[in-house]
Amino acid sequence: MAQLLEMRGLTKTFGPVVANDNVSLKLDAGEIVGLLGENGAGKSTLVKMLFGIYAPDSGEIFFDGQPANISDPGDAIAQGIGMVHQHFQLVPPLTVAENIMLGAETVAHSGVGAFLGRMNVAEAEAEVRALSEKYGLHVDPSAVVEDLPVGVQQRVEILKALNRGARLLILDEPTAVLTPKETDELLKVMRALADEGVGIIFITHKLREVLAVTDRVTVLRNGKYIGSAITADATQQSLAEMMVGRSVVLRVDKGEAEPGAPVLSVQNLRVKDDRGSDAVEGMSFEVREGEILGIAGVEGNGQREMVEAITGIRKVEGGNVVFGGDDFTNASPRSVSEWGVAHIPEDREKDGVVGNYSVADNMVLNTYFKAPFASRGIRVMSEVRKWALQLIEKFDVRPRTITSPVTSLSGGNKQKVIVARELSADNRLIVASQPTRGVDVGSIEFIHNQLVHQRDAGKGVLLVSAELDEILGLSDRIAVVYEGQVVETLAGESATRERIGLLMAGGSGDS
Amino acid sequence: MTSPVTTDPEAGNQESSALAAGLRGLRLPIIAVFLAAVVGGILLLISGDNPFSVYAAIVDESFLSGSGIGRTLEKATPLVLGGLAVAFAFKAGLFNIGGQGQLLLGAAFAAWIGYSIGLPTVIHIPFAMAVGGLVAALLGAIVGALKAYRGAHEVITTIMFNFVAGNLTDYLVSRDGPWNDPEGGAIARTPRLQDSAIIPTWGEIPMGFFFACFFAVLAWWLLNKTTFGFEIITTGANKHAAKYAGINVNRIIILTMAISAFLAGVGGAVQSQGVFGRFEASNNTGLGFDGITIALLARTNPIAVIPAAVLIGGLNASTTRLQQDFRIEPEVVSILQALILFFVAAPSVVRYIVRWKGLDDAEDIQLTGGWGS
Ligand SMILES: Nc1ncnc2c1ncn2[C@@H]1O[C@H](COP(=O)(O)OP(=O)(O)OP(=O)(O)O)[C@@H](O)[C@H]1O
Ligand SMILES: [Mg+2]
Repeated sequence: MAQLLEMRGLTKTFGPVVANDNVSLKLDAGEIVGLLGENGAGKSTLVKMLFGIYAPDSGEIFFDGQPANISDPGDAIAQGIGMVHQHFQLVPPLTVAENIMLGAETVAHSGVGAFLGRMNVAEAEAEVRALSEKYGLHVDPSAVVEDLPVGVQQRVEILKALNRGARLLILDEPTAVLTPKETDELLKVMRALADEGVGIIFITHKLREVLAVTDRVTVLRNGKYIGSAITADATQQSLAEMMVGRSVVLRVDKGEAEPGAPVLSVQNLRVKDDRGSDAVEGMSFEVREGEILGIAGVEGNGQREMVEAITGIRKVEGGNVVFGGDDFTNASPRSVSEWGVAHIPEDREKDGVVGNYSVADNMVLNTYFKAPFASRGIRVMSEVRKWALQLIEKFDVRPRTITSPVTSLSGGNKQKVIVARELSADNRLIVASQPTRGVDVGSIEFIHNQLVHQRDAGKGVLLVSAELDEILGLSDRIAVVYEGQVVETLAGESATRERIGLLMAGGSGDS
Repeated sequence: MTSPVTTDPEAGNQESSALAAGLRGLRLPIIAVFLAAVVGGILLLISGDNPFSVYAAIVDESFLSGSGIGRTLEKATPLVLGGLAVAFAFKAGLFNIGGQGQLLLGAAFAAWIGYSIGLPTVIHIPFAMAVGGLVAALLGAIVGALKAYRGAHEVITTIMFNFVAGNLTDYLVSRDGPWNDPEGGAIARTPRLQDSAIIPTWGEIPMGFFFACFFAVLAWWLLNKTTFGFEIITTGANKHAAKYAGINVNRIIILTMAISAFLAGVGGAVQSQGVFGRFEASNNTGLGFDGITIALLARTNPIAVIPAAVLIGGLNASTTRLQQDFRIEPEVVSILQALILFFVAAPSVVRYIVRWKGLDDAEDIQLTGGWGS
């Protein structure tokens, strides 16, 4: 097919950091290219230059064979480039049709409505319906966006881009927030779009997805172009090695668990969500010393609320949370962490870091008041810096600087900052929510090994993950949750993907 | 992924020292003052005055003579404290626009202690100031508690408490009130403070100014060097992360509001004890609101509050001379002040006018969160 895009020799620096160093990328119409690389390799930077969010220091972009002059996202959209951001840019209280038409509304033809620029709802909805049928992206145009699941919201984002005539679609880690089923649907949609001639740049850390949907992959490392491969010739192993530059163990290597006394016991827990409706409805389970309990389940079945209740952030409406032998129901987050609970939160930007704080300050976000980081209420910054330097080295946070604000780090490196902080403190229980979301394969290996290491050191690990592979690979026991309850607890070795998938969907698991 | 659009080459410059960052932060306020002078100059031209001679007169009157400097610092003293109050609250993400009411309470209660009891000077001065500050702090704590436990937005409650404090102090010194000066006739005021409660001057320079500077340094130290300051700034920067980190966010909100109000209250106390020798409501008009301008001009940095307050204090100190020499109404000075506020509060306007690339990283100060925050 015809060449759609060529990026030639793009370079972008942020102060001393060279985010992209002479990177080139080509894309044909109807082609799906996977853009791979470690955290901080420069993937997001590259596509942000294409979409006009950053201006390249040097290099050229050709779109449709013409030099493209893109100085802001408006230019990119006008030329037929669409981007779906990881955090959606939708207006939650508006309907699907209103969101898609926003900025390009069909206005009522007459009367007060025309005067006020009121949207012609019927026409807009019809347009959206036609569009969604054409590409097989099914949504109800009159549904209100905030009521829709994440996967559907993402579909709305894609429709919005297509409605503006996008012939090139950029998807930056679109599957990080999706359930396995939603991911499968997205991959199907991507294929359908490519068949219609849309070119797609697909950024992901999940090699399974890369193999399933892309035609070609391009790999970046440390801002440099490393190479390309035809997907048909690649394997997960070969891709991982290309990204990291060494061989990567994709399966976790762990021995038998030697469980001891319970560190956490949750009894008949009841918790409400933000809207005040029941999210956790009588959950009970136990985590013992030296074991990893995996919580499997489709996101939104009470996992987030359960974790927040255990860690003291959310109010417990009923039931008990017991650490060791002591009741910590509705204890403060501080007393929970003082008892020895580490918490890798699910929503890293919101809970896990203070974006405009330096890496160093984030490394002591919950230990800032303890010796040696403080003495009689006065912070000892030299100790903070020393500690932070140790951690970024050990956990391979890039770039290797502790003074830059965490906002300037790539998504995966933010996660590494949190993981480093939580796994380095002296704790008895580790509550890890989506610990490897958005993290590259090399770092996933590292984090998984760390979790197993913590287990072997006799700590209890509560692992909540939407990644079935992660749950299956790490857990000694697996509790499957559905609609706020534990439907079944399985031994790790006897659990299968299929059985858990069925239980997660609310099936009995026996059939 | 939603990182703001930035093409600033310096955004990633991690090695820049704190000092360089501080100096960079000064650019916006300086440009804002300059732009305000230009626009104000145009207004002066239109009204038939020579802006250069007017500005020269302001500088001459307020900053060059000994008595002028004394007057400027006297005017600047409550402004330093009022500005600190606003700046301090900003650090926890709170917008205290109740400085006026808190200042009135501080002024009235300090005056009460000052005239009604006799103590040795070394005790009387700080005791009266402390009482003034603590009564204001109590008001601030109530505002904080309403915010923390009932979700009442501090902008609303502080405005309402301005009325409460204004009317309460009016009553206390009114003819039927307990603190009324019987010799004042129709004027509602307290009796004169005893000499032991009066803050002395050092030559032309009012000692109260040094108290104010001391509090500025203390606030800076508290915020930047202590764990308590870390908790305040964390709460302001990301409330969710603060809670996650085990910080008692409600406690921080209440304490921060109390400290903020304390500072404003001390500002009022210094007015009564250092400038007027008694409490009279009309002496304190508008001071609390000037604190907002000053905090923004100082970009909420406690140390920078001092020069910002001196600048605004100097403008205020020049009004009499302007009226005498140029027949310029004091409102002109208010207009200049308003223009400064406008330009510091709207950095994007300044950026548009000055097209200075590096200005991008002068991060905008968010005045207040949404109603839910
Ligand atoms: N606005 C910015 N300011 C300073 N540095 C930045 C900025 N944006 C990115 N960087 C730096 O540029 C490098 C590349 O970041 P980028 O976000 O492109 O990585 P990525 O490949 O998308 O990583 P991830 O997989 O973790 O999302 C990183 O070292 C990052 O710290
Ligand atoms: Mg990225």
